Amino acid sequence: MSVVISPKLKHEEPVVPFVPGPPGTHITIRGLTKYFAGWPLYEDFNLDIPKGKIVSVFGPNGCGKSTLINMIAGLIPIDAGQILFDGKSLADTKIGYVFQNYREAMFPWLRTIDNIAYPLKLEGKSKVEINRRVEELVASFDVKFDLNRYPYEMSGGQQQTASIMRALAPGPEVLFLDEPFSALDFEMTLFIREKLQEVFMQTGTTMMLVSHDLEEAVYLADEILLLTKRPTKVAHILHYDDARPRTVETLTQPRFIDAKKMSLEIFQTEVRREATAQPPK
Amino acid sequence: MADSLTAGGASQPETSATVATAAAKPAPVIKKRRALPSFGKLLPFIGPIALFIIWDLVVRAGWIKAILLPTPAATLIALVNGLAGGPLLLDFLVTVMRTLEAFLIAAVVGVPLGVLLGSNERAYRSVEFLIDFFRSTPSSALIPLFLLIFGVSDINKVAIAAFGALLIVLFNSAYGVLNARKQRVMAAKVMGASRWQIFKDVLLWESLQPTFVGLRSAVSMALVIVIVAEMFIGSENGLGHKIIDAQQVLNVREMYAAILAAGALGYALNVVFIVIEKRIVHWSGR
Repeated sequence: MSVVISPKLKHEEPVVPFVPGPPGTHITIRGLTKYFAGWPLYEDFNLDIPKGKIVSVFGPNGCGKSTLINMIAGLIPIDAGQILFDGKSLADTKIGYVFQNYREAMFPWLRTIDNIAYPLKLEGKSKVEINRRVEELVASFDVKFDLNRYPYEMSGGQQQTASIMRALAPGPEVLFLDEPFSALDFEMTLFIREKLQEVFMQTGTTMMLVSHDLEEAVYLADEILLLTKRPTKVAHILHYDDARPRTVETLTQPRFIDAKKMSLEIFQTEVRREATAQPPK
Repeated sequence: MADSLTAGGASQPETSATVATAAAKPAPVIKKRRALPSFGKLLPFIGPIALFIIWDLVVRAGWIKAILLPTPAATLIALVNGLAGGPLLLDFLVTVMRTLEAFLIAAVVGVPLGVLLGSNERAYRSVEFLIDFFRSTPSSALIPLFLLIFGVSDINKVAIAAFGALLIVLFNSAYGVLNARKQRVMAAKVMGASRWQIFKDVLLWESLQPTFVGLRSAVSMALVIVIVAEMFIGSENGLGHKIIDAQQVLNVREMYAAILAAGALGYALNVVFIVIEKRIVHWSGR
């Protein structure tokens, strides 16, 4: 066995060789580690997110569902590990992000239409290109409200619709949605859920959705990612491949009910399990 | 559903108004509720009218000697006569000029400097104590220091007022940037905005509202210090000079007229700033 000669080599981190995900993988997460206040939230966490699928993230309170997608989206720094998009780093990847709190995600000093156009402006697109893309989005979302208004002049559902349009404007490879329906009433939730499904069927954009509503998580998902308590691991990945478009009828079909039931069982097992990590005293 | 989406925000007051009129006949309760606002508009006048009545009674009853306190009517006449081309007008305009000069210096220096300090937290923390200390020091206490630097001059009055106002502007603008909504910054970041783009597209806008709060307090502060400086730093004009001058010769009518003029000026400046603020920071409070 050869001994390490060069001290430089010592600092080169990955001792474990990189294992790529199965074919069709979009996002590979390897050795992800994140500590919060001195105790581990994620430790050596590995995950493959498939391309062109909707993955719903579901798990017990405080297991870091939102933290997971925030780390993947680069909003929260990670302590160690590697996250790659089709083998590229985040810097070379176009992503979209929809926040739960649309009020604090939109820019109230810009008209709604300029909010939607903002990421295109950042890309340095010409006015003509921007207008064409915004018109495209308006058509595909079938927008019936006046986008020349300011965000604060619109209802919550309209604002969240606009912020989804903004996230999709640059044609992202991955769309992250952090509890996008939590601040909306039921009517708007149904409406936006349908829009989201339509967009997904049109574009096939990979989506990661954090939800605290199991029915909603299963309804939209191709895969339901069930997480454990801290330190968070993957409890189970449940496949649910009912045909799209799924409708209200889907909610009462046995396959849907089965998927929901299984998710719930796994979830409850995880909730009851004794936490393996305790906060430092 | 689409219709219910379009109806919202601006059109809502109209709809509720129509509903109220339509329902007025069968339900007189609603009518009563609608009658309240017109009376409500008069509420702000009650305070000043009450004050004038009490003031008048106090003088008429002789509780305070007329040589110390003129009647409100006499004071108002002195005020109107003075401002309508009388000597008070010059003093008034001089004070306005000095206040605005001081304010402009404070704004032109304070806003950019504050925003710059706010966007670099380390820089702000390193001067935070100085800002907080001098912000807490009554600027009038620094008049002797400014006298040493600028002498008994017109510049002196403007300089010390500008100094006091500057700290307020600086502090508010800096905190506006420091306290920008984290999520808006994150939203810009996730869309791929560079540090400079985040600064000019998010932080600057987020700081606008606190900046306006700062500007509004600053103009009040500038007026206070200008008046004080006019009183105690040798001056030939200005409202502060006028008040002291009239007091020396016991010309109480003119003294109170000048005091009222100073009050009206401060109030008007405040209102002007609120109107400008609502125009520019149209999203504030929504």
